Amino acid sequence: MRCHSRFLRLVALFGAIASAGAATAEVKVTDVPGDGGTALKVTWAGESPAPSLATWAVERTRTDKEIRDARVETADTAFKAARKAGESIESAKAAAERAIDGLDLSWLRVDEISADADPELVIGDLEPDAEYGIRILGLDGGKAKIAEIGFNAKVKPQANLVAWERVPFGAILGLISAIVIIAIVAARHGVVMRIRKIAALEAIDEAVGRATEMGRPVLFVPGIQDMNDLQTVAGITVLGRVAKVAAEYDAALEVPTSRSLVMTAARDTVQAAYLAAGRGDAYHADRINYITDEQFGYVAYLAGTMNRERPATCLYMGAFYAESLLLAENGNSIGAIQIAGTAESSQLPFFVAACDYTLIGEEFFAASAYLSGEPMQLGSLFGQDLVKIASIALLVIGVAVATVGSIAGWANVQDTIGGFLGMLGS
Amino acid sequence: MKRSIPILIASLSGMVLVLAFFSPRTESWSEAVVDWFNVLAAIAFILGAGSLLKVQLVKISSRSPGWAYAAITLAAFLFTLLVGLFKVGTVPSDKFPTHVWTGDYEAPQATFGWIYLYVMSPLTATMFAMLAFYVASAAFRAFRAKNLAAILLLSAAFLVLLGRTAAAGFLTGWFPEPLEALKLDNLVDTMLVYVGTPGSRAIVIGIALGVAATSLRVLLGLERPYLGGGGGNG
Repeated sequence: MRCHSRFLRLVALFGAIASAGAATAEVKVTDVPGDGGTALKVTWAGESPAPSLATWAVERTRTDKEIRDARVETADTAFKAARKAGESIESAKAAAERAIDGLDLSWLRVDEISADADPELVIGDLEPDAEYGIRILGLDGGKAKIAEIGFNAKVKPQANLVAWERVPFGAILGLISAIVIIAIVAARHGVVMRIRKIAALEAIDEAVGRATEMGRPVLFVPGIQDMNDLQTVAGITVLGRVAKVAAEYDAALEVPTSRSLVMTAARDTVQAAYLAAGRGDAYHADRINYITDEQFGYVAYLAGTMNRERPATCLYMGAFYAESLLLAENGNSIGAIQIAGTAESSQLPFFVAACDYTLIGEEFFAASAYLSGEPMQLGSLFGQDLVKIASIALLVIGVAVATVGSIAGWANVQDTIGGFLGMLGS
Repeated sequence: MKRSIPILIASLSGMVLVLAFFSPRTESWSEAVVDWFNVLAAIAFILGAGSLLKVQLVKISSRSPGWAYAAITLAAFLFTLLVGLFKVGTVPSDKFPTHVWTGDYEAPQATFGWIYLYVMSPLTATMFAMLAFYVASAAFRAFRAKNLAAILLLSAAFLVLLGRTAAAGFLTGWFPEPLEALKLDNLVDTMLVYVGTPGSRAIVIGIALGVAATSLRVLLGLERPYLGGGGGNG
């Protein structure tokens, strides 16, 4: 029993040390949990040491790199000032050295806190695992030091293994992934998944066929973002299908890109599609070309191409911003069939207004799986739909509980729902 | 092997980025992945510039429609590249006043900076300004009252436009307190908060689910457009 009590005291002692981080009687410094080791939280005894106290100043020591940078910056400023004043280079160098000699870099003031405010501060922009000393100064109205709560022990901000505030979000993400994977596995084992028809994707064959009949090209625009944007990835996948149909119909396909990496990925995709259609000889790499990274420069090229070459079909699949309406209206003015797809919700109304068909949000991401027709990919779509049904059910339950709660006067129902949403949002 | 190694690299890179989001200690790994991407993109830029040059030269030599634009593009490309590379017109830094190469090529005094400030920026602004005209033409087409849905759209747009101008106060500002909710500005706020926001949030939730499912397909190697084709299109 006695041994058990000692063990508990020992555990309590370790717990106290761990939670305190490092402390004196007056100052406590703790590592901010769940961050990348770039912040420390400082709290201190807020009792006023003198009636004239106006603010607390929080100061920390500098790292070696910060000291070096500060010296370089000071020397640079002094050098430039001397040169501006007409001094020779040698004299300016001497002025810079004098400026460094007189430099006091022992403490860096992080912030000043009003004496009336809570005596705590989170110090950010720190270097993980670097040692810092912290001190708190009491200042009067004239910023003169009237007290110092010294803290000489060194503390290190630690990069944490787990960002705990993101764990609920991770759990939801894990659940969504599990449902999608189960649906994929089910599809692999022969369970037939039925997916509703998406009009915009069904129209691709018709649109490319129209271009063939008219003897005009098909223009495919894969957005203005690079391959690290998932919308571009989805757009390139749709391009594969468009290229295959274009190869089968012998239609000319133009793909101007605004990123070099997208150009190389698009070339590989189109070439693979032409080979799959048995038309490898009809593939022209130069029809998939890089234009410019500049947003409106790219738009200018596309608008010019549309008006000169008058493509019969324009497809916009990827990430679009202010250029969405400029492109869609130009395409509309030349009478092209237009099919757009993007996940930029702010641009969807423009595409809906100016295009014949629009893939709205999730339909765009479903396009690749839908077009491939592979059971496993269709399984992932089915899983996605299951999650959507669950989300709708959750929304309906949440709205019902909030409504009934507010009518019946249930205490804290709004706060509980708000807290749950906040937890997911973090 | 030719396909499995790139799929493995893509999957591992994706996993690292997901892991770094939940584990701050691995943030540096995700930074390394992003750095690799930037290196790849920089190398691909050489291919992009080569493609640009080749396509413009072909257009000029074959005298295809708009070949004069190709000549202008080519001349502008080469001129900007050269003045940027050779730092034409840069002012030497204060620290090394005798070394011309120490100047900042993006400073307005440098030819490269001047081109950006006085040619590129105005041209970009001009293109952006044209958006106003396209908005008007698109709105004209979208708001034609052809059917019930179009009439509802037109009515909503008319109310929102009116409610956001001084006319709102002039027309309905005198409404008594019991009719406060019917004042145009309040009506517009109600429409935006209780009709517009839920609609747009529904789309955003759908997009988020689509992103999650597509990311999973890419991580599992089911979708691989970076290898020249998606899952099954070739």
